[in-house]
Amino acid sequence: MAEQPVMVITGTRKGIGRSLAEHYCQHGYHVVGCSREPAAPGLNPYTHFCLDVVDEVAVARMFFEVQKRCGRLDVLVNNAGIASMNHCLLTPLATVRRIYETNVLGTFLFCREAAKLMQPRKWGRIVNFATVAAPLKLEGEAAYASSKAAVANLTEILARELAPLGITVNAVGPTPVKTDLIRSVPAAKMQTLLRRQAIQRFGEFADIANVVDFFLQPSSDFVTGQVIYLGGV
Amino acid sequence: MINRERIERIIHSALDEWQQLNPDGAKVAKVPGTVLFGEGSTLDSLGLVTLIAAVEREIAQEFDRPLTLVSEKAMSQRTSPFRTVATLTDYIASLLEEDSHG
Repeated sequence: MAEQPVMVITGTRKGIGRSLAEHYCQHGYHVVGCSREPAAPGLNPYTHFCLDVVDEVAVARMFFEVQKRCGRLDVLVNNAGIASMNHCLLTPLATVRRIYETNVLGTFLFCREAAKLMQPRKWGRIVNFATVAAPLKLEGEAAYASSKAAVANLTEILARELAPLGITVNAVGPTPVKTDLIRSVPAAKMQTLLRRQAIQRFGEFADIANVVDFFLQPSSDFVTGQVIYLGGV
Repeated sequence: MINRERIERIIHSALDEWQQLNPDGAKVAKVPGTVLFGEGSTLDSLGLVTLIAAVEREIAQEFDRPLTLVSEKAMSQRTSPFRTVATLTDYIASLLEEDSHG
């Protein structure tokens, strides 16, 4: 069994996922990441799997390899997510399906498989990604926000189902962060959104890492089923 | 041909693991007719979850391939494949056979 703690992070090719992988490699974790395409080099210790997070066979194979190579899993961070911002009358059903598959089904599948590996040691931490778009009920984000509302509810229920196995399940709900996810959103719309936050600025990677770090602390073992929204939402 | 004895041994080992975690629980006999799920089961719902996860893990290790026991097909069968040690053994053997035939 690996001496280092092992963390699985989804969506590590770019953006927040990549930054999280760098952060936790530097903080003593062996990070196992995944995305549909290969990750850029520069992460160590790091293992990458190319897969779609809703491909059940590929995901089972990935966790099988984690068990085989590392013999343990300590943390899962379900970062992978996609968004599409448009009025519901202009949103193709295929887009809604794609968003729900990645954000909800992908999160469920990774939680299920991770819990199987965490269960023998009676210890594990799962951190999901919600969004402030859900509690703010943002117009133009029906598919994305509702999929993340499902993730928040999933987090609360899995927290109860997995508590007897020693696994905590929490979520961080970021404000907009300057990544590809919001690249296509008009600046004026972004400003309107930021004005609805108590603290009216874009989120930074460090804001998110701070919350994830808190959930991972050994002393947070009595904290589960919580969704922490950033920016005072 | 999949060796049923190897599968049974894994199920027994998973039952031992569950028993160790629940020393005060009812003693579970390691025989084919032992009921694991439904009426007459000595395992509670968490016990079944723990058992299935342990069996999946041990099967993966023993046969060097991932195996997911839960499926719509399994959950919709009139007699659950998780019902007894014997039905679970048959079910795992059939999954491994299917898998080995691609």
